[in-house]
Amino acid sequence: MIYTNQRLAYGNTLKELGKTNQRIVVLDADLGGSTMGKIFEEAFPERHFEMGIAEANMTSVAAGLAQTGKIPFTNSFAVFAGGRAFDQIRQTIAIGRLNVKICGASSGMSDFGDGATHQCVEDLALFRAVPNMTVICPADANETVEAVKAIVEYDGPCYLRLNRNDYPNVTPEGKKFEIGKPYVLRDGKDIAVCATGYMVAAAKEAAELLKGEISVKVINVPTLKPLDEECLRRLVGECGGVITAEEHNIIGGLGSAVAEIFRKDKKPVDFVGIEDKFGCSAHNYKELLEYYGLTKEHISAAIREMAADK
Amino acid sequence: MYSEDLLETLEKKAKRLRRDVIVSIGVGVAGHIGGSNSSADIVTALYFYKMRHDPQNPEKPDRDRFLLSKGHAAILQYAALAESGYFPVEDLKHTKELGSYLQGHPDVRKTPGIEAGTGSLGQGLSIGLGMALGQKLDGLDRKTYVLLGDGECQEGQVWEAAMAASAFKADNLVAIVDKNGLQANGRIKDRMDEGSLSAKFMSFGWHVIEINGHDMKEILKALDEADKIKGAPTAIIASTVKGKGVSFAENMVGYHNGTLTEERYKQALTELAD
Repeated sequence: MIYTNQRLAYGNTLKELGKTNQRIVVLDADLGGSTMGKIFEEAFPERHFEMGIAEANMTSVAAGLAQTGKIPFTNSFAVFAGGRAFDQIRQTIAIGRLNVKICGASSGMSDFGDGATHQCVEDLALFRAVPNMTVICPADANETVEAVKAIVEYDGPCYLRLNRNDYPNVTPEGKKFEIGKPYVLRDGKDIAVCATGYMVAAAKEAAELLKGEISVKVINVPTLKPLDEECLRRLVGECGGVITAEEHNIIGGLGSAVAEIFRKDKKPVDFVGIEDKFGCSAHNYKELLEYYGLTKEHISAAIREMAADK
Repeated sequence: MYSEDLLETLEKKAKRLRRDVIVSIGVGVAGHIGGSNSSADIVTALYFYKMRHDPQNPEKPDRDRFLLSKGHAAILQYAALAESGYFPVEDLKHTKELGSYLQGHPDVRKTPGIEAGTGSLGQGLSIGLGMALGQKLDGLDRKTYVLLGDGECQEGQVWEAAMAASAFKADNLVAIVDKNGLQANGRIKDRMDEGSLSAKFMSFGWHVIEINGHDMKEILKALDEADKIKGAPTAIIASTVKGKGVSFAENMVGYHNGTLTEERYKQALTELAD
């Protein structure tokens, strides 16, 4: 089954895995109709827990369930999944390295209508800074399916960042997800673009836009932490510089993760992302992405600038 | 219904735990004496009377579980674990030393017998609810006991958990509140009057039992009564004296996290001698 929405890919994959893996349990905080926890709920009502509008309690209950051998997934919007339950995640789940999976849906600007309160620009920074935490941001629905499978197999705390909206897949169907491993999606030799989440699609389009002018390598980075340093160095290879692209604050997310790796190399790194601003309401996703500088044009401009500086 | 022998043995054990608490703090290092020793009788009843647990096999799936939501009383739980045989009693004096497996607050990765990390207040009842739900999913007729402080009940998450436990009819979850009336900065009534905890738990649909938290017979009776309650979780509200058993620490806010001089240390050990 091919999906073009990460939430649907997520909910349906959980349901599929839940058929054979009795340890999977799912918790929702009155947003199951949006996070697609409801797909699991309909299939396995006894293993789905409606926790009401109480994210802190949901998260600690998940910790307790994990300690009885379950594999709990907590679902909410990204702003609440991490924001409202940060202490619960840090204190019990991360310090204890408990096997809890935290799913932050409607991340970045993808909840375009609801405005700053519901648009999460800082979750990657928050989760990346917590020791023991694995942070995953799939590029599209195809990758979400495989990421969920990998997360179930992995024993430890994990944050999964998902987008709200429909968009075409840019990664192949059924490509096994390897936690921690970036990979080349489009080859090139002048400038490398490391992108995550929805911005992988924009990065690919930017590379096409510059065809014949600048040779752009597109690297998909679906795991922000742990991020295999040697692997990323190898993939960037001889490219003269690295542009990062993420639907997140330029502070603390993918840009920071990549810059942390290349800080000792004489290789320039520049960021395309949200310039330390909160979101705002818009009538559609596209106009919001344009407003915050998150398009193929913004990425190609950054690439051009870097190529000109060389 | 409880023999004098049993009660006497448990009372002696509680005294031993209080003494272990003093030994684990030692001289000149701050430790949570007050809230540890107010809980000593309750924790003794759980570890040495009520709970089905195996110190040789701490992760035995069909065990009852204990969660110290008031994680700052870790030294008391360490005493109970050590006296049960989870690790040597002699190790207690190394609590909080650099590299020790006995941390200032319970650490599930480091200490045998700890069910989950606690310390940030107000979260243990939720974690305990998760464990109770897990036990039910596994078809285990087992309980999860969570010990909270009364000051801790100022945290809103306690009441999220109270609501949810009732909604899920988690009758294998037992909350015990050590109601010693003091929080870190003074009397609860003065600092943040939280009203009646019994009335609050009752209104959330819990079965509530009020006891004297230093009367072993009342503690055992309450724990056994909780077994008979079906369809609702049980809250035991235990009135206690903070610092109980050490005369100079009783009801003293300063011993919430206090330091002992050589003289006080010796006095405490004398008062708690067998």
